[in-house]
Amino acid sequence: MSLTFQTADGPVYALSDIDLQVKHGEFVSLIGPSGCGKTTLLRIVADLEQPTAGRVEVNGVSARQARLDRAYGYVFQAPALYPWRNIERNVTLPLEIIGMAREERRERARKYLELVNLGGFEKKFPWQLSGGMQQRASIARALCFEPELLLMDEPFGALDEIVRDHLNEQLLSLWAKTGKTVVFVTHSIPEAVFLSTRIVVMSPRPGRIIDVIDTNFPRDRTLDIRETPEFLKVAHRVREGLRAGHSYDD
Amino acid sequence: MTIDAGFADPAHRTLVSRLTAGKAGPVAIVSLVILMLWYAGAIGMNARMQIDAFQRQGVSWGLPDLVRETLAQERPLLPAPHQILIEMKQTIFDMRVTSKRSLVFHSWVTLSSTLLGFAAGTGLGIVLAIGIVHVRSLDKSLMPWVISSQTIPILAIAPMVVVVLGAIGLKGLVPKAIISTYLCFFPVTIGMVKGLRSPDLLQLDLMRTYNANKFQTLRLLRWPAALPFLFASLKVAIAISLVGAIVGELPTGAQAGLGARLLAGSYYGQTIQIWSALVTAALLASALVALVGVAERYLLRRMGALP
Amino acid sequence: MIARLDAWCVAAVALGLAALATAPVADGGWMDVPALLGVVALTGIVCAASVRHGVTALWHSAVLVLLVVAGAAVSLDVVHAAGEQRVGPGFWLANLALWAVAWRGIDGVAAFRCMEPGRQKFFDLMVPAAFGLWLLYLWEIGVVGFGVPQVLLPAPGMIGERFVGSLDILWSDFRQTFLKAVLGGYLIGCGSGFLVSILVDRVPFLQRGLLPLGNMVSALPIVGVAPIMVMWFGFDWQSKAAVVVIMTFFPMLVNTVTGLAAAGAQERELMRSYAAGYWRTLFKLRLPSAMPFVFNALKINSTLALIGAIVAEFFGTPIVGMGFRISTEVGRMNVDMVWAEIAVAALAGSAFYGAVALAERTVTFWHPSYRERR
Repeated sequence: MSLTFQTADGPVYALSDIDLQVKHGEFVSLIGPSGCGKTTLLRIVADLEQPTAGRVEVNGVSARQARLDRAYGYVFQAPALYPWRNIERNVTLPLEIIGMAREERRERARKYLELVNLGGFEKKFPWQLSGGMQQRASIARALCFEPELLLMDEPFGALDEIVRDHLNEQLLSLWAKTGKTVVFVTHSIPEAVFLSTRIVVMSPRPGRIIDVIDTNFPRDRTLDIRETPEFLKVAHRVREGLRAGHSYDD
Repeated sequence: MTIDAGFADPAHRTLVSRLTAGKAGPVAIVSLVILMLWYAGAIGMNARMQIDAFQRQGVSWGLPDLVRETLAQERPLLPAPHQILIEMKQTIFDMRVTSKRSLVFHSWVTLSSTLLGFAAGTGLGIVLAIGIVHVRSLDKSLMPWVISSQTIPILAIAPMVVVVLGAIGLKGLVPKAIISTYLCFFPVTIGMVKGLRSPDLLQLDLMRTYNANKFQTLRLLRWPAALPFLFASLKVAIAISLVGAIVGELPTGAQAGLGARLLAGSYYGQTIQIWSALVTAALLASALVALVGVAERYLLRRMGALP
Repeated sequence: MIARLDAWCVAAVALGLAALATAPVADGGWMDVPALLGVVALTGIVCAASVRHGVTALWHSAVLVLLVVAGAAVSLDVVHAAGEQRVGPGFWLANLALWAVAWRGIDGVAAFRCMEPGRQKFFDLMVPAAFGLWLLYLWEIGVVGFGVPQVLLPAPGMIGERFVGSLDILWSDFRQTFLKAVLGGYLIGCGSGFLVSILVDRVPFLQRGLLPLGNMVSALPIVGVAPIMVMWFGFDWQSKAAVVVIMTFFPMLVNTVTGLAAAGAQERELMRSYAAGYWRTLFKLRLPSAMPFVFNALKINSTLALIGAIVAEFFGTPIVGMGFRISTEVGRMNVDMVWAEIAVAALAGSAFYGAVALAERTVTFWHPSYRERR
């Protein structure tokens, strides 16, 4: 699959020859320097962008059909909460669009806010929450219509490292609990290694896959794992892959 | 760092700095200065006429006489504030509201067409904005005309609109309201187009991932996002709507309305009448804008956008 | 795309056929039926061709637009030839058909995308221009076709004749109102507003005391001071300029003060780190960053000035000036002259605004709102 943008300065090959399969229940991280097309790849999967050539299938149907079926939840870099809705009504937004009954909507919102440890914050407005809490609310919003697939685009990129570590642990336990498939875009090596079952290393101009690394850490891992030699080995391989892509030369 | 030194002095802090801190103090002081300048101006501008009058009557006069008389002329070049207030009190409180000389009556005439035009203009503006945001051909063909319509001094041709509409039997409220409508729709359209387009790509993408249709996106995202813009426009719109109504009254043969009061005053040199109509119009404008402001705060607070 | 294309073109053909069915198009206008027939046939052919390929290329749109131009020319002929005998319903049906074709064609032009900014701009301008021409056309056939009394609304053609016929009067009015009152008042009002705002900015007390008042005044119906100014400064242009001064002063004041506060804290601290004094900071940092606000006020004021001057003339003028002409010619029911004067006002207003906008573009080219959007 590939994607070409036509611009005034001539075509830009955003992605080329991407071939990737994600299995059910996997946690796949896309990692690479900025401009390598990892976000674009995710947006193609979400049918927010169309590839110029090639095919994307989500659960056996086209990306477009998957979007029409609301088969995935998308978490953006920013929380993108609506400032005029309180947390509960932000979380129920997709349910409103689907046309779910009010009672059921509230039930769902409570359940998923509980899941991301935001119980009791239903009536607060976004600006009353910290950045990390806002992002958790947006994860609850992506989960609440119970899609099989979770697409996350650097969801913790704007947060500081301490909050990020904490959320990483929470995300991991969430993933273990719900068994969703997750595709996760990041530019942090420790984050990718810590979270994933598989790491896809990408390089820019054109965006392409350099390396795919399987990790086999236990599902209930903790942050301590980052001190182990296996972890460092995987992290090293990722770093090697990034370097091989000449990603920082130009 | 002279300012710091001033603040260090406790006497200064209690007296001067309390008056100059915040907004209310300075506004009050500046207003007071303006009022004093006004009185000085009134005395200065009216003095010549008064001196002439004294000389014609052949009376001897001193400075106190001059000051007293210049502030009590019947048709002064510049009436003193208290003269205007007295005139306003007489024409607002001391008169039956149905009287042709009552400012309440005239204000109501102006206000009713202001509000009618405001409502129509706002509705039109919102509908146009929704069309422009959603239909590409409308955006490309209509939007430039909406903008350039603003460069045409429509207010200047308001009297013609009134006269022409009068010729086909449309009289009274409606022609003035049409002028106000025309003036109103512009800021509302511009503001709403801006507001409806204000959600960033991220939020629109979010709606796309939910497969929301255009109407849902409008109702759940674009409309609430546009409300702050709408209110900013409404404040401009209601003020300009009042101006439209007043100017629309100029050619109606000075029958009713604040504009007619202005024109009648200017015909007969009744400066106090002009000024009192002007001050009433100013008060009306401030009240209307404040009212929109209150509605804005109420709604935005209910939406949780305000702390 | 195809579906919508069908809808418009099919509608056009259907309406055209309906127009033929209700012929005679105009009373005694049988001669034009063949022409109309030709137009409908051509529409059909073009539609058929377009349906197969879709209106993908620009030339498809061009053909449609040309078709509309031809149809409009025929229509104008018919409606003027009909004269006192009114045109029949067939005429209006034919024009509805024309509208459908025009919409389709313009939609094609509006969809035009191209990498060359110059060409893109040209076609972006085409769309509103075509829309304006179309409105003028509707105005003309509407007024003539329905026999709207001239007193109410003259046809554009008539206004144009009057415009050309009385250029000397229009010019002297323009000179009196625009060149003297508007420009004079505008320069004084904006200039003094600008200078006072620098003073206000220097004195924090004034900033807090004067600015709220200035904001309030901006919402007031200031044109109302026109009779007073006429009383103070006489009937000639000076009183109008005075109204303009008062109207333009406050927007300039408020905007410039806001603009002077717009420079960011970091940029200011940078100037401080260079040990730059007040005036240097003002000229190197704060005035440049205030320019977008200043130009905003200049643009607002360009319209306000024209309004103020013309309205002030309603309260008494020498026997020249745009406001004077409008009010006297309205009294004489010479509505075409009024419209000619309005056209002058509109042209002057647009040109004035355009000139300010152009200056803004050259001065504040760095502002994000001018960046090319990808």
